[in-house]
Amino acid sequence: MRRDIITSAIGIIVLTILLGLAYPLLVTGVSQVAFPGNANGQQVHVAGKLVGSKIIGQAFADPKMKNGKVVEEKGAVVTEPDPRYFQTRPSATEGGADNAAASTFSNLGPNSKATEEAIAEHIKGYLELEGPYNPGLSAARVPVDAANSSGSGLDPEISQANARIQARRVASVRHLSLVTVDGLISKYTSDRGIGFSGEPGVNVLELNLAIDRLTGATR
Amino acid sequence: MTFLGWLTIVLFAVILTALAIPFGSYLANVYTGKRVFLTPIFAAPERFLYKVLRVDPHREQDWKAYAKSLIIFSLAGWLLLYVILRTQDGFYVPHSLNPLGFESAPWNVTFNTVSSFTTNTNWQYYSGETTMSYLSQMIGLTVQNWLSAGVGIVVAVALIRGIVGRTGKSLGNFWQDLVRTILYVLAPLSVLIAIVLVSQGVIANFSNYLTVHTVTGLTQSIAMGPVASQEAIKMLGTNGGGFFNTNSAHPFENPTAFTNFFEMLVVLLIPAALVFAYGRMTGNRRQGYAIYATMMVMFLGAAAVAYIAEAHGSPAQHAAGLHTHVLAGSSGGNLEGKEQRFGIAGSALFDVVTTVTSCGAVNSAIESFTGIGGAVPFANLSASEVIFGGVGTGLYSILLYVLLAVFIGGLMVGRTPEWLGKKLEAREIKLAGLGILITPLAALLATALATASHAGRVSISKAAIGPQGFSETFYAYLSQANNNGSAFAGYTGFIQPNAGNVGSHGVTFADLLGGFVMVFARFAPILFALAVAGALAGKRVTPAGLGTMRTDNPTFVVLLIGVIILVGALTFFPALLLGPVVQGLTSHLY
Repeated sequence: MRRDIITSAIGIIVLTILLGLAYPLLVTGVSQVAFPGNANGQQVHVAGKLVGSKIIGQAFADPKMKNGKVVEEKGAVVTEPDPRYFQTRPSATEGGADNAAASTFSNLGPNSKATEEAIAEHIKGYLELEGPYNPGLSAARVPVDAANSSGSGLDPEISQANARIQARRVASVRHLSLVTVDGLISKYTSDRGIGFSGEPGVNVLELNLAIDRLTGATR
Repeated sequence: MTFLGWLTIVLFAVILTALAIPFGSYLANVYTGKRVFLTPIFAAPERFLYKVLRVDPHREQDWKAYAKSLIIFSLAGWLLLYVILRTQDGFYVPHSLNPLGFESAPWNVTFNTVSSFTTNTNWQYYSGETTMSYLSQMIGLTVQNWLSAGVGIVVAVALIRGIVGRTGKSLGNFWQDLVRTILYVLAPLSVLIAIVLVSQGVIANFSNYLTVHTVTGLTQSIAMGPVASQEAIKMLGTNGGGFFNTNSAHPFENPTAFTNFFEMLVVLLIPAALVFAYGRMTGNRRQGYAIYATMMVMFLGAAAVAYIAEAHGSPAQHAAGLHTHVLAGSSGGNLEGKEQRFGIAGSALFDVVTTVTSCGAVNSAIESFTGIGGAVPFANLSASEVIFGGVGTGLYSILLYVLLAVFIGGLMVGRTPEWLGKKLEAREIKLAGLGILITPLAALLATALATASHAGRVSISKAAIGPQGFSETFYAYLSQANNNGSAFAGYTGFIQPNAGNVGSHGVTFADLLGGFVMVFARFAPILFALAVAGALAGKRVTPAGLGTMRTDNPTFVVLLIGVIILVGALTFFPALLLGPVVQGLTSHLY
C-alpha cells in the first residue's frame, strides 16, 4: 500500500512532466520548424493584413443598416450576405455565424420542428439571394450543404453544385463571364482524400480572394 | 449512396486489418518481454523510469496487488487533474499558456471532467476553446489521455496472462506494463501521428487567438493552441476529448478527408491489434482471428446501416422541401451537422468507428443523425463497447463475453465448459457475469433517475421535444457508463453565458451523476476482469478432447455474436424503443 502510494505520487508527477510538457513541446517545436504554415493555421494575408485562415470558414457579409445605423440583436451585429461574394454554409456557432472562437454544433434533431424551421429559413435566404440569377431555382434544387448547418459551424468549403449556383450571381454582380468564374471554382476545388474518401469541396475564401484579385476590388 | 462511399467503408476494413496483424505481433512481443526493434532505443529510459518510480519490474503481482497499484495510481491522477483544473488561473500559470485568462470551471463541472478524463471517457460538458487554458489542456487533459489509455491496455494484458498462465497466481507487474505501454506503444506512435496530422493542416502553436479582419471587413477571432499533440493521443488512446468544442468536425482538428480516414485508422489500430496479440499470446492465432471476425462482422453491419440511413436524409429535411438524393456536385443526404469535406460516408463511418470503440470523438453532430442513423451509436454502446472497444477495454470486455459464450455453449451440449484447456467454474462465470452487467445497470439506473427527476430534465435542450429529449438523456448516461464520451450534444451540464468562464455554472445533478457513473462503470468492470484473471491464472491445463467446444471456428463466432446481441437486446430494447426507434419509424415532427 505504502509502496504503491509513493510510486503513484512520484509517477504522476514524472509522467505529467514527460507527457504534459515534454511531449507537446516536442511536437509543437518540430511542427513549427517543419510545417510553420500549417502549424499556425494557414493564415491568409492580403496586402500585409491578416484576412483569415484558409481552412476556417468566415462570413462574407456586411453589417445590416437601418436608418443609417448598424442593427444589433442580443449584443451582436446583424449581418446580411454580401452579394459580391460566394457564401459559406449556414453556421450555428454561438455569438453569431462563423465564430471561430466558439465552435458549436446546431444540435438540431432529425424529427424536430425547430430543425424544419431552420432549414426552411436557410432555403428561403438562399432562394432570395440566388433566385434572381438562377431562373427556376426551387427548394427542391437547393443543394443540401446550402440548407444544412455544418458540423463545426466553420466549414471552409461548399459543394460544387452550391458553388455553380452562386457563380451566376457573383458573375453578374462582378461583371465577369460565367466561364471565368466557373474556371476559378474548378481551380479551388479540393479532391477527395486519397482519391476515394470524402467529398470534393470548393474553398470559399480562396475563391473569393481570387475573384477580388481578378476584378481589382479593394476593400 | 455512392460507389465511392461504399468503397471507403470496405477499404477502411481492409487497410485496418493489414495494419493490425503485424502490429499485433509487435504488441505480443512487447508484453511477453521479447526484444523488439525499439528495444535499443527505449531500454535505457525504461530502466531509468523504474529507478525514478522505485519499482522492481520483476516483482510479480497477483490480481489483488495488480488491482491495488492500478486503483491507487488512477486515484493519484484524479487528484492531480482536479487540482490542475481548479487552479487554472493560479499564480503558476504563465500568461502565454492561458492567453485569454480563463478562470477555472465550477467544482461540479470539474468533478465531471476529471472523472471523465481519468476513465478514458472524455465526456465533455465544457467547451474547450472557451474554458480551457493551453496549460490545462497539456499537463491536465493530454496526460490523462495517455494514462487512462495505458491503464485500459494493461488490464487486457493482465487478463490474457491470467488466461494463458500455467504457473502460480501472477499477472505480471502493473508498473512494468504501464511503462512499457507508454514507451514502446503510445510514445513513438503519438509523435509520428501528430507530425502527420500537422503536415495535413492540424495546428500546433502557443499563439494568442488570432484577430482577423475578414474580406468584407468584419472581425473574426480564431482559436489557436497546441492541438496536434493532443489530437494524436486523443485518437490513438481511444480517448476522444476534443481540443475544440466541435471535436473532430473542427477544421483545425481534422482538416481534410485524408486526415478523417487517417484518424479513423488510428482509433482502431490498437484495439484491433490487441485482438491479434491475444491470439499470439495464447499460442493459437485462430483464437484471435475468431474474435476479430466477430468484431468485424458487427462493425461492418453498423457502418452499412448508418450510411444507408444518413444518405436517405431526415424527416425534417423532407418536410422543409429539400431533396436529399445525390446530385452532380452534391453529396445529398442528411448533411445537418456534417462537414462538406467528409461527406455522408465519411461522417457515418467516423461515427461508427468512434462509438464501437470508447473513443467518442465526433466529426459530425450525432444529435442531428436520423433516427436509425442515430440508433447505430446507441446499438454500439448497448453492445458494451466490445466491437473493438476502447484500447484494452474492448478486449477484456469481449473476453468476458467469450467466457459467457463458452459457458452457454457448454450448457447446450451438456459438458463442463472449458476454455483454452481450463475448466470454467462457478466463480469465473459469476465474476464475468457481474463484469458484463455492471455497465448496463449503471447506464439504465442513471437514465431512469435523470428522466424521472426535475433536476435531471433541466439538462435537456430546449429544441429536443418528445423522443429527442429522452434520446439525449439516455445517450448521455449510456455514453458515460460505457466510457465512450460521444454525446447528443444538446444535453447540458454546464452553462456559460459569456466566454471566459465569467458567470458560468454547472448543473450539479448532471455533473455528479455522470461523474459517478463514469468512475463506477470504469473501475468495477476492471476489478471483475482482473478477478477473473486471478481465478483463471492458477488453473491446470488439460489437453483438448473430442468433446471440447472449440473457440476458434465460425460456429463459435456465430455463438459469440448471438450472446453479445442477446445481452444487449434484453437489457436495452425497452429503452431504445422509446427514443431512436420511435424517431426512425415516424416522419412526424415534434
